[in-house]
Amino acid sequence: MSEQKGFSGKNVSEVTVESIRRGDITLDDVRIHPETLAKQAQVARDNGNPQLAENFLRAAELTLLSDELVMSYYDALRPGRSTPTQLFEIADELSKHGAEKNAELFRQAADVYARRGLAAK
Amino acid sequence: MTNKEPIGRFRFMNEQRVNLDGFATPAPELGLVAFNGLNDPKPSLTIRDNRIVEMDGRSESEFDSIDEFIARHGLDLSVAQEAMAIEDIDFARRIVDPNHSRADIVRLSSGMTPAKLAAVLSLLNAAELVIAMTKMRARRTPSNQAHVTNRSDDPLLLAADAATAAAFGFRELETTVPVAGDAPSNAVAVSIGAAVGSPGVLVQCSVEESAELALGMRGLVSYAETVSLYGTEQIFIDGDDTPWSKAFLTSAYASRGIKMRVTSGGGSEALMGGAEKCSMFYLEARCVALARAIGAQGVQNGGIDSAAVAGAVPGGVRSLMAENVMVMLRNLEACTGNDALMSESDVRRTSRTHPIFIGGSDFINSGFGSIQRYDNMFGPSQWNSEDIDDFLAMQRDWGVDGGLRTADEVEVERLRRRATEAVTAVYSWLGLGDFSQEWAEEAIDAAGSKDISSGDLMLPLTAARTIMETNVTMLDVIAALAENGFDPEAQRCLDMLKARVAGDYLQTSAIFDEQMNVLSLVTDPNEYSGPGTGYQPSSARQAEIDTIRQQRSVSDLRTEQQSFANKNIFATGAAETSYDPRDVVIGVSPATGKDIWVTLSGLSLADAISEVLAGLEEEGCTGRIVRINDTLDLGMIGLTAARLSGSGVSVGLQAKGTALIHRRDLAPLANLELYSVAPTITRELYRMMGINAGRHAKGATPEPVRNPYSDEAIEARYHTKVVSLVAIERECVNSNGPEVMELR
Repeated sequence: MSEQKGFSGKNVSEVTVESIRRGDITLDDVRIHPETLAKQAQVARDNGNPQLAENFLRAAELTLLSDELVMSYYDALRPGRSTPTQLFEIADELSKHGAEKNAELFRQAADVYARRGLAAK
Repeated sequence: MTNKEPIGRFRFMNEQRVNLDGFATPAPELGLVAFNGLNDPKPSLTIRDNRIVEMDGRSESEFDSIDEFIARHGLDLSVAQEAMAIEDIDFARRIVDPNHSRADIVRLSSGMTPAKLAAVLSLLNAAELVIAMTKMRARRTPSNQAHVTNRSDDPLLLAADAATAAAFGFRELETTVPVAGDAPSNAVAVSIGAAVGSPGVLVQCSVEESAELALGMRGLVSYAETVSLYGTEQIFIDGDDTPWSKAFLTSAYASRGIKMRVTSGGGSEALMGGAEKCSMFYLEARCVALARAIGAQGVQNGGIDSAAVAGAVPGGVRSLMAENVMVMLRNLEACTGNDALMSESDVRRTSRTHPIFIGGSDFINSGFGSIQRYDNMFGPSQWNSEDIDDFLAMQRDWGVDGGLRTADEVEVERLRRRATEAVTAVYSWLGLGDFSQEWAEEAIDAAGSKDISSGDLMLPLTAARTIMETNVTMLDVIAALAENGFDPEAQRCLDMLKARVAGDYLQTSAIFDEQMNVLSLVTDPNEYSGPGTGYQPSSARQAEIDTIRQQRSVSDLRTEQQSFANKNIFATGAAETSYDPRDVVIGVSPATGKDIWVTLSGLSLADAISEVLAGLEEEGCTGRIVRINDTLDLGMIGLTAARLSGSGVSVGLQAKGTALIHRRDLAPLANLELYSVAPTITRELYRMMGINAGRHAKGATPEPVRNPYSDEAIEARYHTKVVSLVAIERECVNSNGPEVMELR
């Protein structure tokens, strides 16, 4: 655990009550790093849960997105919020961020939502 | 139709609490059926070019969004053919057979469709479900989760109750709000209280999905649970989500290093009028398959809010437990319901929980109401604060680890004080609000929010708004704790943040122990394979289970008796046989005047003897107190006394209070009258016994005094004391002859 680095790259051992008190720590220092999620994905796969592994890999991609963007993408996927075109557009944005697994999720959703009437009219 | 009242027997039965519960005639067209719904499909799976083209009776063009997500993400196609080919009954038997490993069951289950697992698990009876749960749960060590809420979102009470819950052993605390806007304040208060109570306690605040994620991102909570799944597309959409949005949400939590599980539960679709003529269990099988497909690490199910719906139909309670086992077969964390109260009857609700309690799960309750029923903002729970001692006694009875432990009263008071002080300091430091000392004192003592009169009901909302507007995060809370001298609590809150960086607690069934070790499927796998394997409590943990605060030893009883010792009754010399026809001997037992001073009814032994003497006097007889030293058997005491008695009649009195009237010509175990239930014998009854003994001495035949009737569990209350008192009596037995005693 002492080897662990936060999202910011800061080693977690530098995060102490004292350094927080000094105001030296931001939430990014105590956020998970995408490489850590990739490692956890391997652990999940090794323990018989490839779906959990996939989730961690999608999560690794989302670490690079701001809280606000993550929340807005979530809202876009809720029923009746987006047209298939809009979902494809978000998929392209995600691809640009290197979030290919999430992009794939949005493309799949676009197809299914159109077929099942879950897209915005 | 007649207006005739039911007969007494039925009037009486109708009044029992179980008849407040609703029981439904099964209505398959409404989904009011546990298993085998009208539209439940037969299991089937067709794979073409490594793609599922048909599943559970539907071709891919007919897939709804739930089928689609499961088919595209949820099943392991490499084992699906093998798994689907296994006969249902064969696989059901493997689940309970120790010779088939958990790993192999899990491997095959990952290739089974929802209908297949539903068909298999519907074959397990109640006892088999217990074995299945013992073997199939992911984490070896069982645990438990508590609700911590109150009617006014009182931060001081929340913190005090969170610390208390942690002291009793709960490893996850779930709060929620009656006023939505209060949520951030509740999250802060409960997180602080949890940190006061114990390291490593996970905290969540159940609110709307986006709001809950936002709290998590700020570090104000450490896990999420109320991410709901439903078994039909229509109800899923009514819940304002799709399988894709839930999958994304699941990843969003993981992307911030926050543990998350989903919630489902049989009966919810029927409750919302959208069961599509399917059984509760089949729809839940779809939810559980979907949970695995979206990559959630765990599921809270077993009815949850709709537990009473399942409970209303035949086999419904069994189906709730089978849902939990299904989660375990899908290799996910199982948070096994026993959450919303499903019956007014204590018997029924215990019956519903008990198999899960003895089987053991990742969280026995997905919400044990650690607070009072009226303070539970999820609604009353299946188990509530008034049941904590019952639960602890049940753990002790069965030697079962249900995740709880006895908490010391002095320690709990200290923790509650510390929790209120910490919240007061943090809220003040961060400008969230000020608490009066009076309010704090009330919160420390309170058994519930009704005991608090000096709270400011607007404070939580103001605090919550300030948290949001000034962007308070857990880092600010940690700094505030440290600035105000709450260093251990600051460190504990920090440790929970750091755990997110490591991510080990994102794995299936993860909790922290009190040393901050992660216990999960990965680090603490359940490897049950028959008797003598699987989870065994450590000796320290077993001692926690066995040692409840109410237990008493012989030496505790001896000390208690000694506190009543006095010099009013003492031996004066050897007893002689009397020839006075008015003489009645009161034979007392060996510990009288030595080690036992108070009877089981709480009356002093001296008072009991005085009453007998007074009764004898009323009848013109003379009572003589003689201690029989060589036996503690009441019959022999009585008979020995009768043989010394001039009238031939005696009263025998054991120090614990049991008494009889004896006569010298009777067999030792015979008697004229017996007061067998010592705890219920009053002063008046001892006097009556003296009166009747006097009448017997005079040759009359008095009407026997009736033992007082009680419907209380007298034996449960007193038998342990009886064992101790008898042991004390036995130590006083000696070969000395009978001694006359004087009572002043």
